[in-house]
Amino acid sequence: MRPLRLRPGDLSPLRIDEALVRRMLVSFLRDETAKAGMRRVVLGLSGGVDSAVVAALAAEAFGPERVTALFTPYRTSAPASREHSQLVADTYGLALEEIEITAQVDAFFSRMPNADRVRIGNKMARERKSIEYDRSWPDALVLGTSNKTELLLGYGTQFGDLASALNPIGDLYKTQLRELALNVGVPGQVVSKPPSAELWEGQTDEGELGFGYSEADLILYGLVDRRMRADDLVSSGFEGTLVSRIRERVRKSHFKRVMPLIAKVSLRTIGHDFLYPRDWEADL
Amino acid sequence: MTETVRIAVAQCAPALGAFGRNLDMHERWIEQARGAAASLVVFPELSLTGYYVKDLAGELACTADDARLERIALASRDIDVIAGFIERAPDARLHIASGYWAKGSLRHVHRKVYLPTYGIFDDGRYFGAGEHFGTFDSVAGRAGIAICEDLWHLSVPYLYSAAGATVIFAPSDSPGRGVAEGGDLGTADSCRLMNRFYAQYLTMYIVFANRVGHEDGIGFWGGSEVVAPDGSVVARAAEFEEELLLADVDPALTARERERNPLIRDEREDLVLRHLASRLGLGVPGA
Repeated sequence: MRPLRLRPGDLSPLRIDEALVRRMLVSFLRDETAKAGMRRVVLGLSGGVDSAVVAALAAEAFGPERVTALFTPYRTSAPASREHSQLVADTYGLALEEIEITAQVDAFFSRMPNADRVRIGNKMARERKSIEYDRSWPDALVLGTSNKTELLLGYGTQFGDLASALNPIGDLYKTQLRELALNVGVPGQVVSKPPSAELWEGQTDEGELGFGYSEADLILYGLVDRRMRADDLVSSGFEGTLVSRIRERVRKSHFKRVMPLIAKVSLRTIGHDFLYPRDWEADL
Repeated sequence: MTETVRIAVAQCAPALGAFGRNLDMHERWIEQARGAAASLVVFPELSLTGYYVKDLAGELACTADDARLERIALASRDIDVIAGFIERAPDARLHIASGYWAKGSLRHVHRKVYLPTYGIFDDGRYFGAGEHFGTFDSVAGRAGIAICEDLWHLSVPYLYSAAGATVIFAPSDSPGRGVAEGGDLGTADSCRLMNRFYAQYLTMYIVFANRVGHEDGIGFWGGSEVVAPDGSVVARAAEFEEELLLADVDPALTARERERNPLIRDEREDLVLRHLASRLGLGVPGA
């Protein structure tokens, strides 16, 4: 194992062997889709780097004809998002299906004019996911496009963008995804643009979070992957308040990363002491 | 002059919880190994059931004389077989077990002693621990079986070597993980280091039989290998792909290595015993 030397600004501890990771993820997608008895996958393209990487992996795993790529804009979506989604689709030979969500989202909120932008943003994320699930019927799985940074920070909408059947990139930090993106040939302008959830105009992830992904990734890697304590990170030169803020985000958002709680009253309860692998296979 | 012995490792992907399908799969790999003139075929840990069985353990378990294992016994009439199953012991404890079948019958069973219950592992929740490291005569020489985590405890290969084994079969279900810590996959690095170290310093063959495929998002990395007593890798399988790995075990090489490098001959087991006995407050018989 590489000796651990974490310091602000030095991203080298996050380096991965992209070719190896790509191989692992392609075989993960193939195996797990086959075990579910499915033959297609569905994913939403946003024009960003995360969904572009998932599109690349899916196209490699199944061939483009078995990948349904959806672009689901709202009226405020940036024109560049459509352009970049199309570019990604073209890069991997995917037929891009565009389904606009403006009509249903606006119809819903027309009866509740006081809804704030967070509610509207969450509704948009869930609307998009419900369309992906609809398009998965009857023989496809929905792929997740949330990375490890977003998942750990809880930066996503529960049952919205966070929902999926399989997530090939959920164990890779944003910094690592950019590295992988270059390996799988994601166009440069998609890799280099500022990440945005695009839930309102002008939103950027880093602006909303209040810190940068590279700094957050190093702190998360220390806390999570290498089991460091906050104090260790501070003595390595990371800012104490930022370390605490990030750790607190991880704690507060843990509910988004687990299944719903079930009240135990019987002898044997789903999730508590009725424990079966999801990949439990039929013995035919 | 001693003859070399061709052995095979079935680097396969068992179906989780599907005993019947896995029996079919075993027969196919055994047939292939037979076709490749192997005298023994080694399957990974829990090859008849899959690894993350959780609450399925009870229904997949069988006694060592269970009729469900009869097909493996039959297949072993003209080729020896090491396969993994969940053993229901006479005292009803469930064990992760690997059996050695030869000439149509089960000759030896090893029950996994070290049950990892940390990180991504939860063996200790579902299984009882084995309590014995027994050696037996395999087609490739005096042997011991170390199931996955067993091999990570360095006392295990040591005890086998002290008992006269010249080969350790290590059926494993090793999940691939650690892609950011430098070099190859972290687990692959560790396993290769272990296999080579044990082989060279205990001057014995290490037969590492790892599986491939995914269970609940966890990918097993394969990379099965046979390492010789001089530390050389006789054969190594691909990572993440099914493969029938073939390797020739050469008893003459073991003899030459042990002559050249007599670590085992000079080993002071009596001192090891005395140190441990004194640490544990036990008397040493005959001392």
